[in-house]
Amino acid sequence: MRKQAKRAFDESTIPNDLCPIATELAVLKTGDWRAERPVVDRDRCVKCATCWVYCPTQCIVEKATWFEADLEICKGCGICAQECPHHAITMVEELEE
Amino acid sequence: MSKTIVCDGNEAAAWGVALAKPDMVAVYPITPQSSLAEYLSQFVADGIIKADLMDVEGEHSVLSVLQGACLAGARTFTASCGQGLAFMFEPYFRTPPLRLPIVMSLVTRDGITPQCVWGGQQDAMTVREAGWIHMFCENVQEILDTVVMAYKIAEHRDVMLPVNVNHDGNYLSYGVEKVELPDQEDVNAFLGEKNTNWHAALDPERPMAVDPLTGGASGAGPALFVRYRKGLCKGMQNALRVITEVHEEWGRRFGRFYAPLVEEYRIEDAEYALMTIGSMTGAAKDAVDEMREKGEKVGLIKIKTFRPFPLDALQKALSRVKAVGVVDRSVSFGWNSGPMYQETLSALYFLDQRIPAVSFIGGLAGADITVEDFKRVIATTRAALKGKAVRGPVWLNE
Repeated sequence: MRKQAKRAFDESTIPNDLCPIATELAVLKTGDWRAERPVVDRDRCVKCATCWVYCPTQCIVEKATWFEADLEICKGCGICAQECPHHAITMVEELEE
Repeated sequence: MSKTIVCDGNEAAAWGVALAKPDMVAVYPITPQSSLAEYLSQFVADGIIKADLMDVEGEHSVLSVLQGACLAGARTFTASCGQGLAFMFEPYFRTPPLRLPIVMSLVTRDGITPQCVWGGQQDAMTVREAGWIHMFCENVQEILDTVVMAYKIAEHRDVMLPVNVNHDGNYLSYGVEKVELPDQEDVNAFLGEKNTNWHAALDPERPMAVDPLTGGASGAGPALFVRYRKGLCKGMQNALRVITEVHEEWGRRFGRFYAPLVEEYRIEDAEYALMTIGSMTGAAKDAVDEMREKGEKVGLIKIKTFRPFPLDALQKALSRVKAVGVVDRSVSFGWNSGPMYQETLSALYFLDQRIPAVSFIGGLAGADITVEDFKRVIATTRAALKGKAVRGPVWLNE
């Protein structure tokens, strides 16, 4: 549910070498720092949005009947799994493919 | 209508600030800048400056507060020097790459240790690589005029950089001179609309993340970082043109023409020249005049703008002479000479002309560089011109 309160302004009006700004916080793809990934049990998830509230990188995205982390951004901190009141999230170790 | 007042350099800076009509002023007192902080407080209390005056707990907070204010659209001012500037270093380095047009007076002071609250330019010279524009004033009137001009330079869309307007502690901070105070309407017309946060803003109408974290080595981060670094370099080079244009416009409107980058004094037929910076220049010009009367073909080159470095203007001046004596008011410790001397050597390299150049260091810890001192500089530089090797820096106030 990565929605902005208001629509971002048109970034292209600013010279792109002037000043570091972004219309969202996802300039840095922090997903490759992750040691564990959050896996959501879609049957348990009731879309209460607790994970969305707690996620420090604001990477939780809304799906049809569940929430999940954007794995390009998610650092694998596990806060969502800790806070989920329905125990719908499990942290699973990332393994070399 | 303009009026004439008598004031010291710190008060002149405060009048320059008043004419630029800032929205927010934050300042923490430190000798020899303290009376400037007091003038600003008094002007705000008296309604001469209609700005928010932030009382903060130290210089780090001073500049951090102003960064936020500038991003919110405010025109801002502060002043510092010496150890206060050292405490400000962390936000100081962040201001230029954020391209925030903050104006700050540095009332230059020598660096400790031994304990020293007296004039010198060690503070300003030490931070010369941080990305701020640095302009050094020669007299009290020039302080007022340059503070006002600094806003027009800083907020120019091709520049968007913070500006340090530097004046020598003790000599200019407390030196009293006659000063013409320009008319407010004329300054308004000169400065035009303020222009602080069109590019990066704390503004609910334009939500954006300012200064987001760039990626690590494996991502696009380094390339993004280089793009902004090159942008800052471009802004600095643009500033050479903008500083010149703004000084010319100031001269046309107010009748006071200053050399924007490099001043040439009696250089037309000179065989050799002195190089000076800041308030020492007055005594140096007197020494040049005296020696000219005795038939010496000596001239003077004064640096007003040290960052961006005025390479072309300095080369034009240096190309006329066959030897140069550079007088620094600070020390580059690893070079065993002054920083202005080292950068002059760089300029000479690009000129493809190898001429004798002598490093002089004077005026440290508040010392006066007298006309007699400059006559010694002239004699030593003339000896170098005639082929005498001068090794290492010549310390003027031993």
